[in-house]
Amino acid sequence: MESKNIIISGVGGQGIILASELLALVAMEEGYDVKKSEVHGMSQRGGSVVSHVRIGDKVYSPLIEEGTADAILAFEKAEALRWIHYLHPESGVVIVNDLEIVPTMVAIGLDTYPEDVEGTISSIASKYHIVDGLKYAREAGNERTVNVVLLGVLSTYLPFSEETWLSVIERRVPRAVEENKKAFLLGRGISSK
Amino acid sequence: MTKLLLSGNEAAAHGAYEAGVHVAAAYPGTPSTEILETIAKFPEVDAEWSPNEKVAFEVALGAAIAGARAMVSMKHVGLNVAADPFFSASYTGVNGGLVVITADDPGMHSSQNEQDNRRYGKFAKVPVIEPSDPQEVYEFIQKAFDISEEFDTPVLFRLTTRISHTKGVVVASGERKAVPVKPYRKDIEKYVIIPSHARKRHYVVEERTEKLREFANRTELNRIEWRDTDLGIITDSVAYQYAREVFPNASILKLGLVWPFPVELAKEFRDKVKRLYVIEELEPFIEEELRFYGIHVDVGKDKVPMIEELTPSRVRVALTGVELPHPEPQKSVIRPPALCPGCPHTGVFFNLAKLRAHVTGDIGCYTLGVLPPLSAMDTTICMGASVGNAFGFEKAQGKKFAKKTVGVIGDSTFLHNGITGLIDIVYNKGISTIVILDNRTTAMTGHQPHPATGKTAKGEETQAVDFEKLVRAIGINHVTKVDPHDLKATYKALKNAMEAEEPAVVIAERACALLPEERKAAAKRPKKYIDAEACRGDKCHLCLRLGCPAIGVDENLKAKIDPLLCVGCELCIQTCPFDAIHPEEVK
Repeated sequence: MESKNIIISGVGGQGIILASELLALVAMEEGYDVKKSEVHGMSQRGGSVVSHVRIGDKVYSPLIEEGTADAILAFEKAEALRWIHYLHPESGVVIVNDLEIVPTMVAIGLDTYPEDVEGTISSIASKYHIVDGLKYAREAGNERTVNVVLLGVLSTYLPFSEETWLSVIERRVPRAVEENKKAFLLGRGISSK
Repeated sequence: MTKLLLSGNEAAAHGAYEAGVHVAAAYPGTPSTEILETIAKFPEVDAEWSPNEKVAFEVALGAAIAGARAMVSMKHVGLNVAADPFFSASYTGVNGGLVVITADDPGMHSSQNEQDNRRYGKFAKVPVIEPSDPQEVYEFIQKAFDISEEFDTPVLFRLTTRISHTKGVVVASGERKAVPVKPYRKDIEKYVIIPSHARKRHYVVEERTEKLREFANRTELNRIEWRDTDLGIITDSVAYQYAREVFPNASILKLGLVWPFPVELAKEFRDKVKRLYVIEELEPFIEEELRFYGIHVDVGKDKVPMIEELTPSRVRVALTGVELPHPEPQKSVIRPPALCPGCPHTGVFFNLAKLRAHVTGDIGCYTLGVLPPLSAMDTTICMGASVGNAFGFEKAQGKKFAKKTVGVIGDSTFLHNGITGLIDIVYNKGISTIVILDNRTTAMTGHQPHPATGKTAKGEETQAVDFEKLVRAIGINHVTKVDPHDLKATYKALKNAMEAEEPAVVIAERACALLPEERKAAAKRPKKYIDAEACRGDKCHLCLRLGCPAIGVDENLKAKIDPLLCVGCELCIQTCPFDAIHPEEVK
């Protein structure tokens, strides 16, 4: 397999670390080398969070280099824009949750929320999905499974078996296992439509 | 052998466990915290959260002198707190192995500075070991214990954020080496470092350093990877990984034991390569050693940035001048970390802003009180500094000013290093006001217990410090306990304490909103809604001054509460003069 670089981003509390953990475990169980890197502590208190996941036969740097991400998986729209310069300019895919979380800085007039995020993404990415994650998560029976819905979409771009994904979800998701499995499969079905 | 996905911190715990470590002590601090959290899960290891890094170090050193294999872990600035015993331990040496883990934070993701603790090793004359990924953390820490015992020295084991918080594949045996606790022998010339003993010990330390320097040339911790010899790179830690990405064909001298410096090995490498680059994060530590020993460096810190963490892109641009093609960066949105919805600190800072207080701050979640709209913090220096800083403000500007000044400090931070400052205020007749933000946990680092929580690192019940009794015993007579979710009572408690002609302590007690019991309680409380008819919008916006992440504005600039984020704490209801916020939606 050609090595894969994946950025997972969002707002603290959206399940970014769990999503990157699941992805890294699936890669490991499929026999690949994997490194993932993120920052804990202060940055998680409702701030912007990013996780770099690198998969290949042998991975050196835990950080992805700008212009080399095969996919950006963003749980919030502005958080897709924040890392867009990491995207591979020709072959990168953007998968973004259709959600805007407006920070206090905007509410008190110290900043503005970017306009037409979809337009910007479509002008940069060769392929992109805007996914109504909450709709599918509700369909799966748990609003907290948005992260796994999006992982399902991402999974169609990766050469890992559905069995491995479901088995890792079953073992590593702390609660609502059946809902998470359903959420994954719903997400996995989206891009083939 | 099993394959695990482990962070560098988890790998350190697993490796130390297998090396037979008996005693582990630490104070939480990003990015080091998970080391102790992980090792506490092994029943064979005596693991404790200590009140601060100095105590943790002293416990571990005592255990090592008494024959156990011991480990102490902390963030980089924690070693400043533990520096006193660290330097002494270099002179005393050990009996059982002692490994000191420092987790540095290049880039200051969660820290006040980006000091490079390799310098501490050299300063204290203690060997410094640096792994470059989780697998090496697991392997090297086992060697660190052996080196500690063989050379009779503490070993400084340096991680960084990108080692500690990178997860990677680790192949581990899972088997614990049977290492018995060594017998204790009283040896005052070694362990009582009065001047006459210490002078002799200094000779021992210098001899040890020479032996370690010779060892550094032959240990497998340092290795040469021969590839193309047109370019040679000397590197360490995660910088090695970036060097491999950017210069896949270059020969590399990879240092795992970075001090004492392997001079002969470096000369051998230099002689065989045409050009020599040094790629290291932060300080020119390796470069200075090379230059000191007269080994020519072609490119080092003249090109490689010294400020902020390295990335593969930064290394590539600095050393090749070439940037990989990438899309233009786009404007996103400022999204700093913020106090959580329902955070007990919010009630205190909202009132301190209202009182226009000068606030000397401290290290914890509450440091976020500095951000708009709360903007209620004047200083943040280091663990415990809020207390001494408040007294210093009083000394410089007088009593009238002191009555507008408040020091704020968290419960864990107060126990770490705040008590002594408070004793100083009482002893030297100050009138400063200190607020203990008692949220019943060490929140910022992920909810570790501390001596006032009644729980140990192993989850056992224990005696809990009573803050009120403690500060009264020191000599504080003006003590008020208040629930910071009661805005009026908090305002009154703060105002009375500040106006008092004596030193005063306000204990703002309410559990962190992220603790499991609080989350459960929040789930049962009704969410709050804005009645847009009653809300005066941008003519008021008082509720927005809480800085609650759940409160935003709609297109007419009326306040709006996000029901997904709201925890029903009712702080906003108390701010609203127009009765526009209710526990049910107005349709």
